[in-house]
Amino acid sequence: MVSGFALLGDVIKPKRFAGLFGAAPSVALASLLLAVKTQGRIYAAIEARSMVAGAIAFFVYAYSVYWVSIRYRATALMATLSHISIWLVVAFGIWLAWLKGRI
Amino acid sequence: MKVKVNLSVLKETKWYEHAGRFVIGGGITVFAGIIAKKFGPTVGGLFLAFPAIFPASATLIEKHEKEKKEKASVDPGFRGQIAVALDAAGATMGALGLIVFATLTWLLLPAHETWTVLSGSTIAWFIVSVAIWRIVAGSGRSW
Repeated sequence: MVSGFALLGDVIKPKRFAGLFGAAPSVALASLLLAVKTQGRIYAAIEARSMVAGAIAFFVYAYSVYWVSIRYRATALMATLSHISIWLVVAFGIWLAWLKGRI
Repeated sequence: MKVKVNLSVLKETKWYEHAGRFVIGGGITVFAGIIAKKFGPTVGGLFLAFPAIFPASATLIEKHEKEKKEKASVDPGFRGQIAVALDAAGATMGALGLIVFATLTWLLLPAHETWTVLSGSTIAWFIVSVAIWRIVAGSGRSW
């Protein structure tokens, strides 16, 4: 599933359209199917609720990678890996404010 | 702007580059499962939208863009970085679709069939992402 979405991103042009597949729900589909099978649908739905926070963090992450690549011409490795910290801060920030203590 | 499929690009990608992304994707799936088991689904769920494949794909795009220019004996300049920026702009739009995917799955999964919800949410991800892409592309802005 993950490789399938990655391949689609490789063969499609223009690049900005292909970039959509960089945020495809590939890992989520595999994980949610596993969660439903082993823990049930309610458990998977709780994971999906947290995924909303992760996806907002992904949006901020991807925009910041776009910005440093355009503004500072940062290399792909530096831009994508150093900004993982932004994803962590935003995702756990939303988790603290919205999801902590919830079932 | 027309969307095209260029299968010859697949020849540029080496088998270990495909394998690398496969392993990273599988690794993150396992990692999210372990985190969910240890800290519960509210923490584990965050990692369902972890940018797992994106760094590997962006690095490949930059590498291929540089190789293409060097093969043509042209100075690549910042072409690699610009290609990565365009890919990241697309991922930003895809992430908005991902928020819709997660929201629909969260709200619909408890009361509906798993396959219906997951396929419907994936279709919604695609429609929302493409609609945003069309709006942005139509406006002439880079993002």
